[in-house]
Amino acid sequence: MFCEKSIELIRELQRISDGQLPAFNEDGIRQVLEEMKALYEQNQSDVNEAKGEGRSDLIPSIKLRHCCLLRNQRCVTAYLYDRLLRIRALRWEYGSVLPPNIRFHMCSEELQWFNQYKKSLANFMRSVGGEEGLDITQDMKPPKSLYIEVRCLKDHGEFEIDDGTIILLKKNSQHFLPRWKCEQLIRQGVLEHVMS
Amino acid sequence: MSAALSDEGSDQNDSQEDVMTPVELIAKLEEAWLNEKFSPDLLENKSEVVECVMEQLTHMEANLQRVRKGDMKASLHRMEIDRIRFVLSSYLRSRLQKIEKFFPHVLEKEESRADGDPSYLSPEEYAFAREYLANTETYLKAVALRHMPPNLQTVALVKAVPEPCLDSFVFLRVKERQDNVMVEPETDDQREYVVDLEEGSQHLMRYRTIAPLVSTGAVHLI
Repeated sequence: MFCEKSIELIRELQRISDGQLPAFNEDGIRQVLEEMKALYEQNQSDVNEAKGEGRSDLIPSIKLRHCCLLRNQRCVTAYLYDRLLRIRALRWEYGSVLPPNIRFHMCSEELQWFNQYKKSLANFMRSVGGEEGLDITQDMKPPKSLYIEVRCLKDHGEFEIDDGTIILLKKNSQHFLPRWKCEQLIRQGVLEHVMS
Repeated sequence: MSAALSDEGSDQNDSQEDVMTPVELIAKLEEAWLNEKFSPDLLENKSEVVECVMEQLTHMEANLQRVRKGDMKASLHRMEIDRIRFVLSSYLRSRLQKIEKFFPHVLEKEESRADGDPSYLSPEEYAFAREYLANTETYLKAVALRHMPPNLQTVALVKAVPEPCLDSFVFLRVKERQDNVMVEPETDDQREYVVDLEEGSQHLMRYRTIAPLVSTGAVHLI
């Protein structure tokens, strides 16, 4: 049956829960493209025959093949686009540097897209209202309290808070720190927010 | 949330030419934020509010530097700054999300708008949307489209990317009384009818019906 490979691509993404990025299925894409090439060539020769010899009985099969071509195109672009949306979500989750195990699942063009997206987003944030700009990937949750209890997950060395006090972030030590100073470190995995 | 800001902002605002007080400014920001968060479509940009709030935040940060350490007032103001910054970031984020989600439609709307009409995108957002479109097109072309048969090498993104669903229902609160709002039928056996929206009343309606009222500020989404 035609189009089975492309449906398989869509199913693959649907099976995997949102926010996860499976490995880029280069082989699947290649097979769909090959199928499209074959369909297209067959159609070309049938069209010529239908025109040259007036064989109107070929027209239904030409139409069928054309529909399959369109469907394949649509499935492949949907597959690629859905992956882009997942990659976009990763930028907001992990920041501008992706963990290597995720990069491993992306093809080189996807990496290019990601880098360009990063750049566009950075340009946007820099140009928001005034010279300094605003990092809108911060402050993801409404602030509840000024200070939060954090635990150090790895040695990070000395850390200066706003009023000039320097504290030593040692592994397994616990601190009570201003939230706006730790948000970044929490996302980097240096600190952990202790919920009591 | 704006109470603590007002006593601090009042002495700075004298020098500025606009008459908006910080309280009004924050109220405006909150309104824009809630409307944007709950509407299915991208609303007009409020870049002047964004700029003013950014300025206000910088002022407050600067004022905080002068307060002596351990002052109770300082931590209250710090909390205030955090809250305002959250609202502002969240507002810009939800706009950006919509731009990304509906980019072909957003750009089409922006480019077909007549001169003099208010623009939906701020210049920064417009630049972002253009880059996003170009980036995505380049990507699709490089990976798949250029390997396809010659008649299938383009994709009409306007058709392929879903449009904002204007028929989704939204909660709203009426700020200015509206008479004779036309409600279109939902099913074939219903007829269209008119409702009056009393000031202060709350409703659940389709966004399409009240979209113009949201942009004039006569109703708020909640």
